Amino acid sequence: MDTEGMTDSPHKTDGGHHDQAAHGADDHHFAPGEARKFFRGVTRDVAWVAESPKPPKVWFAALGLALIMLMIGVYSVYVLVTQGVGVWGNSNTVGWAWDITNFVFWIGIGHAGTLISAVLYLTRQGWRTSINRAAEAMTIFAVSAAGIFPILHTGRPWLAWWLIPHPNDMGMWPQFRSPLMWDVFAISTYATTSILFWFVGLVPDLATFRDRATTKPKQIIFGILSLGWRGSARQWHRYERAYLILAAISTPLVFSVHSVVSFDFATSQLPGWHTTIFPPYFVAGAIFSGFAMVLTLMIPARHLFNLKHIITEAHIEAMCKILLATGMMVGGAYAIEFFIAWYSGNLYEQFTFLNRAFGPFWWAYLAMVSCNVLIPQFFWFKKIRRSPVIIVILCIFVNIGMWFERFVIIATSLTRTALPSSWAGYSPTRWDIGLFVGSFGLFFTLFLLFFRFLPVVAISEVKGVAPQAHAGKDGH
Amino acid sequence: MSTDTNESTATESAASEAEATVAATASAVEAAADDAHHTNEKSPLGAAVSRGDNGELYGLLAEYDTPGELIAAARRVRDAGYTQFDCYSPFPVHGIDEAMGIKRTILPLLVLGGGFTGLFLGFLLQWWTNAYDWPWNISGKPIFSLPANIPIMFETTILMSVFTTFFGLWILNKLPQVWHPFFRLDRFARASDDAFLLGIEAKDSRFDLAATTKLLEGEGALAVEPCFHDARPEAKQMPKFIFGVILATTVLALIPFALIAKARASKSTEPHYHVFGDMDFQDKVKSDTAFNLFEDGRGNRGEIAGTVARGSLKADSAYYTGLEKAGGDQWITGLPKQFEVTPATVKRGQQRYNIYCAPCHGFDGRGQGAIPKRATASGAGAMLPANLTSATGVAVKRPNGHLFNTISNGLNTMKGYAAQIPVADRWAIVLYVRALQRASNATLEDVPADRRGESR
Repeated sequence: MDTEGMTDSPHKTDGGHHDQAAHGADDHHFAPGEARKFFRGVTRDVAWVAESPKPPKVWFAALGLALIMLMIGVYSVYVLVTQGVGVWGNSNTVGWAWDITNFVFWIGIGHAGTLISAVLYLTRQGWRTSINRAAEAMTIFAVSAAGIFPILHTGRPWLAWWLIPHPNDMGMWPQFRSPLMWDVFAISTYATTSILFWFVGLVPDLATFRDRATTKPKQIIFGILSLGWRGSARQWHRYERAYLILAAISTPLVFSVHSVVSFDFATSQLPGWHTTIFPPYFVAGAIFSGFAMVLTLMIPARHLFNLKHIITEAHIEAMCKILLATGMMVGGAYAIEFFIAWYSGNLYEQFTFLNRAFGPFWWAYLAMVSCNVLIPQFFWFKKIRRSPVIIVILCIFVNIGMWFERFVIIATSLTRTALPSSWAGYSPTRWDIGLFVGSFGLFFTLFLLFFRFLPVVAISEVKGVAPQAHAGKDGH
Repeated sequence: MSTDTNESTATESAASEAEATVAATASAVEAAADDAHHTNEKSPLGAAVSRGDNGELYGLLAEYDTPGELIAAARRVRDAGYTQFDCYSPFPVHGIDEAMGIKRTILPLLVLGGGFTGLFLGFLLQWWTNAYDWPWNISGKPIFSLPANIPIMFETTILMSVFTTFFGLWILNKLPQVWHPFFRLDRFARASDDAFLLGIEAKDSRFDLAATTKLLEGEGALAVEPCFHDARPEAKQMPKFIFGVILATTVLALIPFALIAKARASKSTEPHYHVFGDMDFQDKVKSDTAFNLFEDGRGNRGEIAGTVARGSLKADSAYYTGLEKAGGDQWITGLPKQFEVTPATVKRGQQRYNIYCAPCHGFDGRGQGAIPKRATASGAGAMLPANLTSATGVAVKRPNGHLFNTISNGLNTMKGYAAQIPVADRWAIVLYVRALQRASNATLEDVPADRRGESR
């Protein structure tokens, strides 16, 4: 690999030059060959991540760790399947515990990817192009990690296909008025859409990889994956339409998915779950946790793979601002829940929320509020929004906080239901923990493999939003 | 533009002086070092001659320096009346649709149709399954209530729209198609990197090698290159080995289904193969099965020494066994004290006798029931049941306790009826048998004096 092109392109693109939406007529004047040199630099810098003969040592270390975590998860699943859900800490009272907490946690993380790829596309935020590919990949891997939990929670996961409506010997059909069935449709639609959207975005870049392939197997694999993409104007015309449509469809989808997830709770009769604020509150929390995860992943990655000129500090700062905004929304929801509990005059509702904050799980509530409401306040300061290390640390706290949010909602409400004779405690077993660790293992394994073998930045989109894309146009 | 310039097409240094033919040779040397995609063919016309063995001319491919120049060239080509041409770029060049005269795609309309189809299918699925095929009463709610079905209708709308967009995009773009004549050119590989290309196909009615080349060069092309392809039909066929691979994988993929179909259509004495136990096999005792936990290996446990099971004490030997003393050999001659002799118990005995005893012993007790009669008629030579009423037979002489024992435990080929007839009913049968015996061996003196006249 010729590293010259890699090192010279930063000078051309430094300082987030290409994410300026407006540029004067002067920007259209490039010396002959200059624009092409820029495009070639973008291709090389992104392709280098996959083409460099050896990935950094840190990548191997991270992959090893992720695989160990994945193996812990696989063994936990083995124990669960052979011995039954009794190996978990769930009980008659606490029927939803870590498994549903983890499910909502992962689904929420996935939402940031769709938001970046769809909503920011529709609102013409040029800076999204540097991170949307990785964020979409993160969505798919997070949804995969999330999907494990409800399927295993059915107790007999090998019969999970019963959830899909199909004619059968028993003459039975699923009950479509249950939010759990809505969940099945929402999550599977979301997973399908995310994968297809991701793939559509990948095709032109896979064609780039095909055209750069130096070995026959790579040529064949990328040749098939890119479907023979030629980058013709007639193809691009339909492609852009399709991309816009997918973005427009994904936007309501992403809001619907987490709303449906919140319906699992909101349509029940349990104090602490039965609230109308859940859909917007869950969606805001999902975006909040997802952006935190994007930053946690992308800041080390851009450092490790020399992508600092493509994923710029300005991009990171924009994401920090979104974290601040969504963190405040989540904090507002916490406050409104307490207000409504008081305002309702309903003793059970009031007890539920006092118990949530001061009951046996007070420490979980404290962790949730401090991580989700207090920690994001640091992002008011520009200095912090420009310090990658501090951002990663804060984002990890945000994700801890968001995990605790789901745990608090589930555990405090279920352990103290309206019927005091059913009150119970809850503590996870080693297999609960093992599966949670395993889900992280799966997520990181897939993400690390993606980062080594596929185009990690949307090459064609980065080129398309650069001022060089308008080079040579004479104003008509 | 001279043909020599085309040698340096791939280099930006040459691009900066596209008109300077003198520098071209020198920069071609740099080009080889700088750019892996360097091409070194001769002039298009010369190449057309020298590459005659490479197949027919497919078209011309011209490269431009910037998106703007590509747009200008596309407009010129369109204005010249060409229709079979296309532009190739690493990203969508905005403004080129208008320049090339590309019509708006119908994809959005297709997606609209797909979305409505999804909406309708989502509605139909829920209504048909939950309200029509299997009406399901949920907490007394209406069989079909639209609001609760909206979330799934929404999701199916999205899903079908996405599928229409995804598949519609590839179908309209005629993809996947992993081969194309332009892929033969090294230059074309850079269409996904930094090159802005315009290709005109030779089949265009206005195509003329010299004139078209001139048109493309006139727009400031860095290079114009001919593309050849093998137009013979047999060259367009799929290689045989790919066909073989597809066939082999199809056949292999069918094997599991064939095995399943065979298993479903045939019988086996072996139990099902259980991948998942589903609690079908548990460490518990079922009746009359082997069980290794006990020394004797039996799942059924006998009575434990020194204990009496509920309801099985039966200390009254006269009533339960017909013996004077438990373990003795003296049959009781009377009836047990619990058993009352009333017309009702005689009637009860008659009824039970007619059910259990009459089929063999006959309604009159002479041993001529339906079964022995039939056995005799068929010549089977069965052992005939005893005549219960014959004055010389054992049934008349044996004490009541002995008769009770015979009913309970059987005699010769007769089986015991203890399992079917409760104790009280067995005594009632004994009573009725005695009544039959008395009636069969009665004399005129046994008949009340005032009714003797009716008997003869």
